[in-house]
Amino acid sequence: MGFKALGLDCFPAEDSAEAGKILRQLTRESEEEYAIIYIEETFAAQIQGEINKFKDSPSPAIILIPGREGSTGQGLQALKAAVERAVGTNILGD
Amino acid sequence: MAGTTIIPTRMVLNQLKGRLRTARRGHKLLKDKRDELMRQFMDVVRRNKVLRERVEDGLTEAFASLQVASSIMSPEMLEQALLYPRQSVELGMKFKNIMSVNVPVYSFQTRSNDPTEIYPYGFAQTSGELDDALENMAKVFEDMLELAEVEKTMQLLAEEIEKTRRRVNALEYVMIPDLESNIKYITMKLEENENSTKVRLLKVKEMVLQEAHNYK
Repeated sequence: MGFKALGLDCFPAEDSAEAGKILRQLTRESEEEYAIIYIEETFAAQIQGEINKFKDSPSPAIILIPGREGSTGQGLQALKAAVERAVGTNILGD
Repeated sequence: MAGTTIIPTRMVLNQLKGRLRTARRGHKLLKDKRDELMRQFMDVVRRNKVLRERVEDGLTEAFASLQVASSIMSPEMLEQALLYPRQSVELGMKFKNIMSVNVPVYSFQTRSNDPTEIYPYGFAQTSGELDDALENMAKVFEDMLELAEVEKTMQLLAEEIEKTRRRVNALEYVMIPDLESNIKYITMKLEENENSTKVRLLKVKEMVLQEAHNYK
């Protein structure tokens, strides 16, 4: 990914299992070293459990970004889930 | 009536009344907190939605231009061009307090302020499309950072709202009605006791009078 050129650390993963392993490694070994972790939606879908663990802790923030294939709408899905959690119902419509 | 084992005495009654007062005040405060949290939350949600759409569009665009670049250049060349980054990002994290919820605020510093530093390669052997791709990414990156902040804030607020909502409901629908019914039970019991005492006294008085005056 081209993010490396911007000065971000990239950890390429072949599949979601590997992505999960990397995520665990990043969150455990280097405590507080990474405050934000961007992860591709396609991988995130399969390691949702791992990601949800960090939902309620202030750091790190795990943010879904669309991959090469374009957006799958999962990011907005997470937004709706949060709204539903807070309000009790989905008030955003659709 | 929940607590079936309450003892109907004045002391317990006073205790219960005190608890009811506290519960009412707590309920009011928590309700205010919930409302304010909700207001903040809706702002955050709206911002999050806008940002996410922008980031997703921007990234799609950036990936598309990267795709073009990689089809023009050989994969080895592309990899080589991006192999060693010149720019590095330092991310600072502070916490901001929104209604006693600690939310992160990120600030980032690039090692050098020169915007051309994102190109870690010489221009001679790379295609212009790669430059475009990197430029697009750099643009979308700032939004991505803000998105991270907003999204985390949203998640943390959602958790707090959920907790507060539960507390408000527990107070409103369980604690306060329970206390009220207990208080009612005790007052009724005490009144009953008082009545029976009064009746007993009347009876005793009658008996004493009868004894004294020899009424038949």
